[in-house]
Amino acid sequence: MRSSVIVFPGSNCDRDIAVVLEKLQFKNSMVWHKETTLPKSDLIILPGGFSYGDYLRSGAIAAKSNILNEVIKAGKNGCLIIGICNGFQILIECGLLQGALLRNSGLKFVSKDIFVRVQTNKNKFFNKYKNGEVLKLNIAHNEGNFFTNQKHLIELEEKELIPIKYCNEKGSIISESNPNGSLNNIAGILNKNKNILGMMPHPERMADKINSDQKGLPLFLSLMN
Amino acid sequence: MKFSVTVTLKKDVLDPQGKVVSQTLKNMGVENLNQVRQGKFFEIDLDENDTSKGHDKVKEMCEKLLANQIIEDFKINKAE
Repeated sequence: MRSSVIVFPGSNCDRDIAVVLEKLQFKNSMVWHKETTLPKSDLIILPGGFSYGDYLRSGAIAAKSNILNEVIKAGKNGCLIIGICNGFQILIECGLLQGALLRNSGLKFVSKDIFVRVQTNKNKFFNKYKNGEVLKLNIAHNEGNFFTNQKHLIELEEKELIPIKYCNEKGSIISESNPNGSLNNIAGILNKNKNILGMMPHPERMADKINSDQKGLPLFLSLMN
Repeated sequence: MKFSVTVTLKKDVLDPQGKVVSQTLKNMGVENLNQVRQGKFFEIDLDENDTSKGHDKVKEMCEKLLANQIIEDFKINKAE
């Protein structure tokens, strides 16, 4: 598997992801946002961070960078893409995913461990998890409050395009376990073709046994099939 | 030719910052306050003499970058 991690000014999770990918024997390249060509990739990752200092709207400026033209082309041709946190915001701003990520409803930057429930494993990203499995992951964001129109929301629910939702430790999806006000406790979404995933939690932070139960690792393992 | 653009959240989108501003104003003793909505303001100076062409250019800027039309509305005004 060949992977590319796109690096923007202000990205800060790019190295963490590279460490995980390299551990799993991905042939990984770090790609600077000014590049106009993308190395041949089976997987592209847009990492977390604060690209361009979150100017205008989180991800809005990064979505207009040179390399994004190539990422958009690759995504439309079926290449696997994961946007994590700021990467999710960039996927939405460039149009590869629909919806919007608003400011957290509590108006605070939220950095903590949360639980998400795997709603569907019928996609390339979550097939190493069980349906209903509860994962402890970490979030760290100010704009993670997913919003979309009613029509899109229904489509997301009906076509199994919401792989993870915020839940409590037991897996109940309740408003008390929603950290940011996200519609229907949505923590991540897929595009219609299920080759593009955007998620606010950071799986790469839960991939090493020194600091976690490694619940983020199967996501990357799924992609090696 | 100068234009100004205001970008605000759509009516049905929750505006937590506006809510906090509104609550703070009330705490400060402001009366008869119904609602506050917070937005963004842009001043755009264009090298263009035709008002209609200038307006079209600014509209394109709004649609492509300045506003996210899923959650935001924009208004364009010609500045003096």
